[in-house]
Amino acid sequence: MSVFDRRPLRRGRQGQFVVGLGADERAVLASLSGQMRELLADRGDPSLRRLFPPAYSSPDDRECEEEYERLMADDLLARQREALDLLESTAQAEELSAEQLEVWLRALNSIRLLLGTRLGVTEDDEPDPSTSPQHGLYYFLGYLQECGLDSLVGTGPGGE
Amino acid sequence: MPTAAPVEVHEPDLTAVTAADRPWKVIVWNDPINLMSYVTFVIQKLFGYSRERAHKLMMDVHTKGKAVVSSGPREKAELDVFRLHEHGLWATMEHDE
Repeated sequence: MSVFDRRPLRRGRQGQFVVGLGADERAVLASLSGQMRELLADRGDPSLRRLFPPAYSSPDDRECEEEYERLMADDLLARQREALDLLESTAQAEELSAEQLEVWLRALNSIRLLLGTRLGVTEDDEPDPSTSPQHGLYYFLGYLQECGLDSLVGTGPGGE
Repeated sequence: MPTAAPVEVHEPDLTAVTAADRPWKVIVWNDPINLMSYVTFVIQKLFGYSRERAHKLMMDVHTKGKAVVSSGPREKAELDVFRLHEHGLWATMEHDE
């Protein structure tokens, strides 16, 4: 046993993924999922731009872009909602399957993209978690994501 | 024996090979929010690349600002872009010059 066994997401002995979060942290994840889903309803919100970027690099491909958005935008929104639904419905779970953990990572990433955009995170400006509650939350979500990734790809403690 | 009817041969219209038929490349761009480990994970998962190759592509994204992660016809490139967007990566497609 080591202190690292206390990581909030880690691989269990049977290949499952153990969620070692406290009740407060779980409540935050469930609440964030719901808030995020509400925000997704307003596609005009500029802080959602990183979640729905253009598909085509060049403005010359505007017609292709419009066609792409017509065909795919609803699907993309649906996939984002599904991930948030799963995060919310499993926020109290003691264990996750690998598939569920991967969806967690996607949902956590969506929330980080929104928060990071609102906080104006830049390459040179590593957010200081003590700046504000939002910065703290951004940092926490990143840490959780990193722990989940470590346990999935097996480089973290407990991994093969 | 039926007489073979003259077959009208359509010459392929070479001018119809428009820009849209040229291959497309899918690019992942650097952004300050996505974790490096997450970008590597997504590239490896979506394209089935080795961990080393995915890591190198991620490092290109991080240090050079972008990397070409796949290429192909328009439909394939659009699907790749969609899956990258689904995972929150900043990806676009453009013609392979």
